[in-house]
Amino acid sequence: MSINRGLTEEQVLLRDTVRKFAEANIKPYAFELDEKEEFSYKISQEMADMGFFSCFIPEEYGGSGLDYVSYIIVVEELARVDGSQAATIAALNSLGVGPLYYYGNSEQKKKYLPKISQGALWGFGLTEPEAGSDAGNTQTIAVKDGNDWVLNGSKIFITNASADITLGSTVLAVTGTKPDGHKELTCFLVENGTPGFTAKKMEKKLMWRASNTSELYFEDCRVPEENILGKRGDGFKQMLGTLDKGRLSIAAMGLGNAQGAFELAMNYAKQRKTFGVPISRHQVISFKLADIEIGLELARTYLYDVCRMTNRGENIIKEGAIAKLYCSELAHTASDHCVQIHGGYGLMKEYGAERFYRDQKLLEIGEGTSEVQRIVIARSIGCFD
Amino acid sequence: MNILVCVSRVPDTTTRILVGPDGKTADKTGVKFVLNPFDEFALEEGLRLREKNGGSVTAVTVAGEVAKDILRTSLAMGADKVAIIKTENEFDSYFTAQNLAEFASNRAFDIILLGKQSIDYDSLQIPAYLGELLGIPSIGVVSKLQIEGNNVSAERDIEGGKEIVSAQLPCIISAQKGLNEPRYPKLPDIMKAKSKPIEEVAAIDCQPRTTILEMSIPSKKRAGVILDGSDGSLDKLVTLLHEEAKVI
Ligand SMILES: Cc1cc2nc3c(=O)[nH]c(=O)nc-3n(C[C@H](O)[C@H](O)[C@H](O)COP(=O)(O)OP(=O)(O)OC[C@H]3O[C@@H](n4cnc5c(N)ncnc54)[C@H](O)[C@@H]3O)c2cc1C
Repeated sequence: MSINRGLTEEQVLLRDTVRKFAEANIKPYAFELDEKEEFSYKISQEMADMGFFSCFIPEEYGGSGLDYVSYIIVVEELARVDGSQAATIAALNSLGVGPLYYYGNSEQKKKYLPKISQGALWGFGLTEPEAGSDAGNTQTIAVKDGNDWVLNGSKIFITNASADITLGSTVLAVTGTKPDGHKELTCFLVENGTPGFTAKKMEKKLMWRASNTSELYFEDCRVPEENILGKRGDGFKQMLGTLDKGRLSIAAMGLGNAQGAFELAMNYAKQRKTFGVPISRHQVISFKLADIEIGLELARTYLYDVCRMTNRGENIIKEGAIAKLYCSELAHTASDHCVQIHGGYGLMKEYGAERFYRDQKLLEIGEGTSEVQRIVIARSIGCFD
Repeated sequence: MNILVCVSRVPDTTTRILVGPDGKTADKTGVKFVLNPFDEFALEEGLRLREKNGGSVTAVTVAGEVAKDILRTSLAMGADKVAIIKTENEFDSYFTAQNLAEFASNRAFDIILLGKQSIDYDSLQIPAYLGELLGIPSIGVVSKLQIEGNNVSAERDIEGGKEIVSAQLPCIISAQKGLNEPRYPKLPDIMKAKSKPIEEVAAIDCQPRTTILEMSIPSKKRAGVILDGSDGSLDKLVTLLHEEAKVI
């Protein structure tokens, strides 16, 4: 793997470091945590100590001060070993920390970011039972009462929102109607433990089984005015802006998953013999491996390039969607080939291939399904004008 | 405590090494280089000694410009200062030791830590050379180290057992696997390492004492042949020893 191209010296050191960490501190436990559907507080704290909990925020808030390429490499290297831990980190940074850092005022940043960087989680509450792809159909409502807002409604599938170390979530709610008749949507910072707010762990997932996913319920939950993120009415814009960047971390998970599945498949194909030769010598198998390698080279080059655009502050609406879609579909193909190359063993849990196969599937659904990504791309090239 | 750690840049253990066209040097194209794994133990021990006793850790390497990357790794792990003794020529262990001794001689280090060997050339000579050149004790292949005041007690791995050796500071310790569990550099420290200074020192002129004449990759082992215990196979054995192995 010659992937130093274009990386700076510190990005190479960072990649090697995260890889070593993931191999030693995550890999040996990933199977069992997945099997037991257990969120690991030990690994989470170790990741926080390494600086993974607030990758791209500056040091003044306790962050690691990474550029976007470096952040994406962290997620990629974690996903190469385990989708669940990668999910905790990607969701926390892109969706938890992102809105607080980009849209929060300085008191809000000072209040939450340093705590998060030391080992606390923050959720991103957008999706509702009736509002997934159609996020504008948000039903959760907030009504002003004196200096407080009173929230009622629910959220579903919220990553990192109900662990013991969760500090709170950013929650989108309807706060009124705009002059043009559209809903006015506003983001609230809701701390866990606030009366009227319940965060409940969701169980029996196909994938990311060691990651925390939650349902949130608001029953006359009061939050003070100062917990509004940014300005009243900016909520939807903030959420979409967060998702534009967030797609890069889903892409990184796809790339990492594909890389991990590729390495597993390659090793197996060189060891396993049928008809007297290693199966990697059968043309159909070698072509599968060659195809994954092509995808990895293209995906990595493109994703890092989009990250560099992000570093320069350029608009990445189309590029982020392309990267997310391409990398998650690559992970789909790669993990499928990986299972196929393993034959019957590919279906047995202890061989590891099936975990890549399961963990991949969320990537084509979360943070905008592949269908939605194609809509975003089609819109940005003018199809609907 | 003024601590010196000597580090080297070596090919990653997972890299496949080929011999260059001159037949004397390794072909470095496409090879990934890392901080020598045994030096990580030495550096970690240095950092722990500093954390316990205060003071500072300096990491130094004798190498060409490219080796600055391992000095940045050392900074990211926690070294306070780093220096490169620069040479772009091929050199041997004697040259390295002379240069390290020169560097150490007027800086009053309390302890000098090194890996027990560099995993590239595996000469294992430098810790001993350094002891001789600086006139201080050198304890090699140490897997446990205790320091109280000026008293050093070091446990060494020896064939089939352990040996406990004592000495006084200043001294030289070469690190064996097991001495400690090296820390990972943390992300913010990796990012900060790039802006820290690297001291550059010109290498002193000193003739290497050895030259490499030839380098080659070990030939692939031939597959063994197992003969059954019958009388007939005895004749075959003799024929094989005579014609194939050419030993009788
Ligand atoms: C493990 C996990 C973690 C998650 N984490 C979070 C989180 O932290 N925060 C958060 O807010 N959400 C989170 N989600 C929610 C996730 O983002 C949504 O599930 C996703 O956006 C899809 O919404 P939906 O499930 O309601 O599907 P739907 O929107 O109901 O879509 C169903 C199907 O219809 C297709 N479809 C919908 N609209 C169109 C259209 N216009 N044209 C063509 N096809 C269409 C979709 O592509 C999909 O195939 C998470 C989900 C999971 C499973």
